Amino acid sequence: MNEGRKEIFQLAIVLVGLVFLLKLFFIQVLDNKYAELADSNAILRQTEYPFRGLIYDRNGKLIVYNTPEYKLEVILDDVTSFDSAKFCRVFHLTAAQLREKWNELKQRKEFSQVKPTLFLDQISHTEFARMQDHLDDFPGFYVQVRTTRSYTTPALANALGYVSEVSKEQIKADASGTYRQGDYIGQSGLEAFYEKQLRGKRGVRFRLRNAKGIEKGSFKEGQFDTLSIPGEDLTTSIDLDLQLYGEYLMRGKAGSIVALEPATGEILSLVSGPSYDPNLLTGRQYSSNFKLISSDTLKPLFNRPLMAQYRPGSIFKIAQAMTALQEGVINPETRIRCDRSIINCHGAHTHEDLMGAIANSCNPYFHNVLRRMLNKGKANDPFSDTRIGLAEWNEHIMSFGFGKPLGIDLPNEKGGLIPTPAYYDRAYRNRPWKFSNIYSIAIGEGENLVVPIQMANFAATVANRGFYYTPHLVKAIGKSGQPLPQYTQKHLTTIDPKHFEVAVDAMQAVVEGGTGQYRAKLQDILVCGKTGTVENQPPMPDHSVFIAFAPRDNPKIAVAVYVEDAGQGARAAASIASLMIEKYLLGGTKRPHIENYVLAGKFLD
Amino acid sequence: MRANDTISTGKLDWVAVALYAAILFLGWLNIYAAAYDEQTNNSLFVIPERLSALPSQMRQFIFICLSLLLIGMIMIIDMRFFEAVAYVAYGVVLFLLVLMPFIGKEVGGNKNWLGIGSFGIQPSEFAKFATALAVAKLINSPGFRMDNFRNQVVCFALIGVPMVLILAQKDTGTALVFTSFVLVFFREGMSPFLLVVGLCAAAIFVLTLIIPNNWYLYGTIGAVLVLLIAMGKKKIKRIVLLTTGAALLCLVIWSVEFIVTDVLKPHQQNRVKALINPDADPLGYGWNVTQSKIAIGSGGFAGKGFLKGTQTKFDFVPEQSTDFIFCTIGEEHGWLGSLVTIGLFVALLLRVLFLAERQKNRFSRVYGYAVVSILFFHFAVNIGMTIGLFPVIGIPLPFFSHGGSSLWAFTILLFILLKLDAHRSEVLQRI
Repeated sequence: MNEGRKEIFQLAIVLVGLVFLLKLFFIQVLDNKYAELADSNAILRQTEYPFRGLIYDRNGKLIVYNTPEYKLEVILDDVTSFDSAKFCRVFHLTAAQLREKWNELKQRKEFSQVKPTLFLDQISHTEFARMQDHLDDFPGFYVQVRTTRSYTTPALANALGYVSEVSKEQIKADASGTYRQGDYIGQSGLEAFYEKQLRGKRGVRFRLRNAKGIEKGSFKEGQFDTLSIPGEDLTTSIDLDLQLYGEYLMRGKAGSIVALEPATGEILSLVSGPSYDPNLLTGRQYSSNFKLISSDTLKPLFNRPLMAQYRPGSIFKIAQAMTALQEGVINPETRIRCDRSIINCHGAHTHEDLMGAIANSCNPYFHNVLRRMLNKGKANDPFSDTRIGLAEWNEHIMSFGFGKPLGIDLPNEKGGLIPTPAYYDRAYRNRPWKFSNIYSIAIGEGENLVVPIQMANFAATVANRGFYYTPHLVKAIGKSGQPLPQYTQKHLTTIDPKHFEVAVDAMQAVVEGGTGQYRAKLQDILVCGKTGTVENQPPMPDHSVFIAFAPRDNPKIAVAVYVEDAGQGARAAASIASLMIEKYLLGGTKRPHIENYVLAGKFLD
Repeated sequence: MRANDTISTGKLDWVAVALYAAILFLGWLNIYAAAYDEQTNNSLFVIPERLSALPSQMRQFIFICLSLLLIGMIMIIDMRFFEAVAYVAYGVVLFLLVLMPFIGKEVGGNKNWLGIGSFGIQPSEFAKFATALAVAKLINSPGFRMDNFRNQVVCFALIGVPMVLILAQKDTGTALVFTSFVLVFFREGMSPFLLVVGLCAAAIFVLTLIIPNNWYLYGTIGAVLVLLIAMGKKKIKRIVLLTTGAALLCLVIWSVEFIVTDVLKPHQQNRVKALINPDADPLGYGWNVTQSKIAIGSGGFAGKGFLKGTQTKFDFVPEQSTDFIFCTIGEEHGWLGSLVTIGLFVALLLRVLFLAERQKNRFSRVYGYAVVSILFFHFAVNIGMTIGLFPVIGIPLPFFSHGGSSLWAFTILLFILLKLDAHRSEVLQRI
C-alpha cells in the first residue's frame, strides 16, 4: 500500500531545490533591481566640502579665513544608558537643560530613531577638544564638522560681503547645477563677486555604511572618489591699517571714504559708514543677526561707496573746467565776473581767472562756462543749440567714468547720472528745454548724480593727468597673481593731458590757499584737493565732500570722502581725506587736533 | 567489540558523512563572512582575552569540535541502545521543556534557552531527535498499524505534546518543525487524505489572506459543492460527506480570519502579511524579507566575492549568521554559490532518504524518514523565507547556521541514523 511514496519524497525534495534555484535565478541574475537597491543601501555618496579661498590685504595680512564648527549629533538607536552626570559635565549642560534637550529632540519633525539628529550646535574648537576624549563613553553621539567664515578684524564688512546657505531660488537660477541644498554661497560683496574663484571644487567620497548609517570604510578602495579642490585665495588691494583707520574716523558718521592707488586703480580702502561686524553674519548666528542688521534704520548693509548716489557738488567744477578747456570755450586766463544775480556764491572774490575760480569755487564762473559749452551757436535756435552742446558735454564728462557703473569687482554698483538730451526730453515730457532750464548742472547740483567710488576715480584720473584704471579690490587671484583682465586696461578721457596740469594747479591752490587750506594742508606733502558742499533737503545740513590726491607729482593715493549732513566740504570731508593721506603716506598723523576734530564729529558749530 | 568496527569495517555511509562535512565547512566559512568586519580585519582564528568576546566563527569552531566528540560517542554506543532509550530520551526532553518557562533564559523574545555558564543550550532543538526516536519506537511496536485511528491519535499526541510545550516558549518556528512528522506517518501508511487536507488548509489560509472579501471564497466552495453533487452518483452518504467537507472548509476560512486578527501576536501577523506583500511596508514588517532579498539578489550570477558582501556585513540583514545565513551565500557567491549549497542539501536529503529506505527494520526506517522530514522542513522553510517564498519563521539552516544547540541536535539526529545504517544487516541476523 505504500508503494510510490518514496518516489513522492524524492520528487518533493528535487522539486523544492529546483523551485529555489529558479526563484534565485530570477532575483539574482535576471533582475537588476536588487543590485541597485543594495548599492543605495550601502553606498553613501559623501560630499567633501572644499575650503573656501582666503582673503588677504595688500600686505599679506589675513582678513578672511575658515574656522571649523562642530555639532554633536545623536543616533537614538545606538544610545545606551549613560552616566548623565558625567554627560552634563562634559557637554557643559545642567541636568534640567539635558532633560529639556532630550524632550525637545523627540518632538522634532525630522526625528528619527536610526538617523543622525542634531543634538548640540555651536561647539567651538576648544570645547570640541575637551569632548573628544569622552565621546567613547557615550555611544550614539557623533561629532560633525563643517567650516564657516571668520574675520580677523571687524573691518570692511560691506566690501567683503557675507556667506550663507544657498537659497532654493539660487539653486534653481544656477544653470551649471553647482549648488545643492546646504551649500554655502557668497551673498554679497567680494564673496559674491568672486564666488567662482573662492568656492573651489567639491570632492566626492563613496563610503560604505551599515544599516544604521555608520561608515564602514571606503568603497572599492576609493577608486571613484575625487578630492575636493580648495578655492583660490584672493589678495585684495586693501591696506588693512588704512581701512581700519578710515572706519575709525567714520565712526558715528554716515558716508564713505574711498582711497585708490591712481597708477593702478587698486582700492586702498573702502569705508562705508555705518557698518557692522562681519563676524555677526557667519555660521548659525547668521539668520538671527541678519534680521537685526537689515532692519537697522541706519542701513549698515547699504554699501555707500558704490550704492549711494549723491549730487557731486563743487568737485564737479574740475571736470567742467577741463571739458571747457578741451572744447576751447575758455583758456586758463579767461576771467569771468562773479555775477551773483542768477546763481549765488561765497567769499569775497569778484573777477577770477580759472585757477581762482576753482580755488574759490566760484559758482557764477562755472555757470558762465557751461553756457559757453552748451550754447556754441551751432544751431540757430537756443533749444537745438543746447541739445548739441549737451551731447558734446555729456561725452566728455562720461569719459571720466561718471554716469555709468565703473565695473568695480563688487556687485550692485550704481552708475549715477550724467544727463543727456534724451534724459531732459523725458524729464520735460518733450516740451522744449534750453540752457536756462538746466544750468544747475554747471556746479554739480541739479540732475547730476555720482557715487563716491566715481569721485575717487575722478581724483585718480586727475592725478594721472588723463587716464584711469577701473577701481578694483582684488589685485591677485590665487596662484596666477593677476587681477581679472578688465582691470589692467587703461581708460583714457577725451581731455588732452595738458589741460590736466591746470586742474592740478588749481587743486593745489585749493589746499594751499583756497577753500581747503586750513584742514587739508600737510606740512611735508603737496596735497591737491577740491571741496564740495552739496545742498541737502532743508532743514538738514549740507553734505560735506572732498576729493584729493597726493603727492602732487607721481601721486600715490587719491581719496574721495563724502560725509552726509556734515556741512561744508572744508570741514569733515577735507579733514578725513587729509588724515587718510597722512596715514597712508606717513604712517600716521602729526596733527592730533584734526584727528580729534573728526572723532568729535561736531562739524556744524 | 562492535563499537569500533562501525568505522573500521567500512560500513559507515561515507557519502553522507562527506556531504555533512562539506555543508559544515561551507557554513563555517559563511558565519565568518557574516561576522567579518573590514575595519577590524579580524582573521579566521583569533583567541580574545575574554571568552564572551569570542567571534562567531570561533564559537562555531568550538561547536564543530564538540560535534565531532558527539559523533565519536554515537559510534561507540551499541546501536540497540537508541531504540531502548527512545522513550526515556523523549521523557527527559519533555521534562526539560515543561521546566523551561521556569528556569529558561529569555533570548530575543523566546524563552527557550537553558543557560550553562556563558554557553546555553536549547532543549527544543534536542526535542527533535528525541521525538524522532520515540515515534520510530512507537511505530515499530508490535501490532502497530498506521491506518488505525487509535494508533494515529497516539502518534499525533507524541508530536503534539512537545509542539505545545515549545509553543508555550513562544518559539513558533521550532514548534512548526514537528508538523514534518506527518510526512513520516504518510510514508508508514497513513491515508494521504490528511496530508491533502492539511495542504488544502494551508492553501486556503493563504488565499484567505490574499483575497480581501471572504464571500468570494464561500461562493466558490458552494459552486464546487453543487457541481460535485450534480456530477457524481446521487447517494445520500456521498452528498452528506461532501456537504460536511464544504462546511468544514468554510469554518476553516472563518477561523483563519479569527486567528490572524485575534490569536496571532502582532509580530506574527506581520510576518504573514510580509509574505503576501513585503513591499507594502519595506521599512516596517517587510524589512527582514526585503533586505534578505536585496542581499541575495545583489549577488548576481557569481557573487561579490568572499568577505565582499555589503548587505550581510553591515547589518542590513537581521540574524545574518543564524536564520538568514543563506543571504551571505547569495550575496557573496551569487547564483553559483546558491546552486552548490542547494545542490549539497538536495544530495544529502536524497542520500538520507536512500539510507532510510534501505533499512531492514521498521524502527530504523521510520527514524530515517523522520530525519529526512525534519531536515527537509528546515531546508525548505529556511531558504524559502530568505527568498520570500515562506513567511519568516525563525528556524536555522541545518549544519549551516551559527549555534551550538541546533548543530549538535542535527548532528546527533543524522549520526544515529548513520550508526543504525552501518549495522542494518546485524539486525536482520539477530531476528
